[in-house]
Amino acid sequence: MNAFLTQLRRDLAISFRHGAEAMNPIAFFALAAFLLGLGQSTLRLDEAAAGALWVLALFANVLAVEGLFGRDREDGSLEQLLLHAKPLFAALLGKVAAHWMMSGLPIAALSPFVALLVDVPPDGMLVLALTLLLGTPTLALVGAIGAALVAGTGRGGLLVALLVMPLYVPTLLFGAGAAMTALAGGDPSAELLWLAALLAASITLAPFGVDAALRVGQEY
Amino acid sequence: MGKAMEWLRRTFHRMGSPRWFFAGSRGWVLGLYLVGAALIVVGSVWGLGFAPTDRLQGDSYRILYVHVPAAHLAEAVYVAIAIAGVVHLVWRMKMADLAIAAAAPVGMTLTAAALATGYIWGIPTWGTGWVWDARTTSMLVLLFLYFGLIALRQAVPRPERAALAVSVLAIVGVVNIPVIKYSVDWFTTLHQPASIRLGERPSIDPSMLWPLAVNALGYYLFLVGVVVAALRAKIIERESKADWVRSWVQAR
Amino acid sequence: MGAGPVTEWLAMGGHGVYVWSAYGLSAAALAGMGVWPWLALRRARQRITDTLAPNDPVADASNDRKQPEPGQGGAA
Repeated sequence: MNAFLTQLRRDLAISFRHGAEAMNPIAFFALAAFLLGLGQSTLRLDEAAAGALWVLALFANVLAVEGLFGRDREDGSLEQLLLHAKPLFAALLGKVAAHWMMSGLPIAALSPFVALLVDVPPDGMLVLALTLLLGTPTLALVGAIGAALVAGTGRGGLLVALLVMPLYVPTLLFGAGAAMTALAGGDPSAELLWLAALLAASITLAPFGVDAALRVGQEY
Repeated sequence: MGKAMEWLRRTFHRMGSPRWFFAGSRGWVLGLYLVGAALIVVGSVWGLGFAPTDRLQGDSYRILYVHVPAAHLAEAVYVAIAIAGVVHLVWRMKMADLAIAAAAPVGMTLTAAALATGYIWGIPTWGTGWVWDARTTSMLVLLFLYFGLIALRQAVPRPERAALAVSVLAIVGVVNIPVIKYSVDWFTTLHQPASIRLGERPSIDPSMLWPLAVNALGYYLFLVGVVVAALRAKIIERESKADWVRSWVQAR
Repeated sequence: MGAGPVTEWLAMGGHGVYVWSAYGLSAAALAGMGVWPWLALRRARQRITDTLAPNDPVADASNDRKQPEPGQGGAA
């Protein structure tokens, strides 16, 4: 727990120090939704808007997660982390949690307002926000594996996107599916439970993947 | 028992030696190519010319005989790659890495072939080539997983390191495949317009099944041959500085 | 009805285009996969021959002309 909190605090402090940069994922999400809303004036999206917002959240995540290890790798603190973090598992979780608090969490919090831009009906907004709240941490955890694999290659975002997006499919389908079910007047609790199950599974499994990927990446 | 274990252990260790594998595999490649190709020819001729016409789909169902083996092997190759990834990460066995490098393009081609033949089959059967059905969608995701494997290998400058990264990615991918399949299945059954429902055929007549079995076996053997042959090429590529490779090259 | 059994067979009950294109495509894919390792092996062998050549003055001269060739074969 200690390693988790230490890493979380450190990464959040760094994020706040680079304030403007931390805003990027949220700004991207809002801007893209705005463009989507503009396009919608000619093209009716209705129910599909919830799915479209999910895809935007996914893109925002891919763009953000790419830089998860970049700076730490450059200044050597990543190597220190791999050598010294007592349960590395906890420290890596803390790192991803800090990242999520600066990307997925604000996106989920902002989504009801962004949903207004694309005319998602009010009863769908809360479900959409809830799915994003449950789904974006999974995206961050899985994305961290991809970011860790690519960290040492000097190749950027497109490669991470290529590696990670196929793995995002279940989260996207259950997330968008829950929102669509709710908008159609159904009960989305089954999809929400699935999202929670995916989150639980990725919290327990993904750190091992990140660990292995980082160790491999250290030696490129 | 003890003898069998001893043989298994020795074979496993020998498999780790590129030189031993290269020397022993030449005959296997030719055999697998010939037997595999012969079975594919027999199965295809049987499927095209002698198997009965389907009552519902007419003759277009005959695409099954090339579509199903490709789709099945496309998935099997990915699982095999992940197993090789585990072997490579645990024992740092160079041959496992070379096997991944040899198998990934084969798996990708098979996935693309399965998608393409499925598309062609869909036109007369569903009235449209592409349907967001659970199986087609999972196959497309598999294609992207293969793209990822190949792109990552090319992105990492040192081949030995690329192999480790690719192994990690393959294992992560194979853990995800069941979840991906399930989620796609869930989504498509709930959110698809009901006009197109691809029901599983309840049973298939044995006279239609035999050519499929022959073709599947032929595909399997032929492609194992291809992977072994590709592995031989990778060995020569990677071991180009070894004395035995140089003398082999000069001897020819 | 004048069609012989062969033409009828080729027509595949009106689905001939689909059946034959699917089989043709599969055959092409299999053939491509089958040939690829042999080409890769030959390319690898050629590259080793090129690096070994400088020991031999005669081969060395021809090696200069071959220089651009290994560049193409980087990816695999």
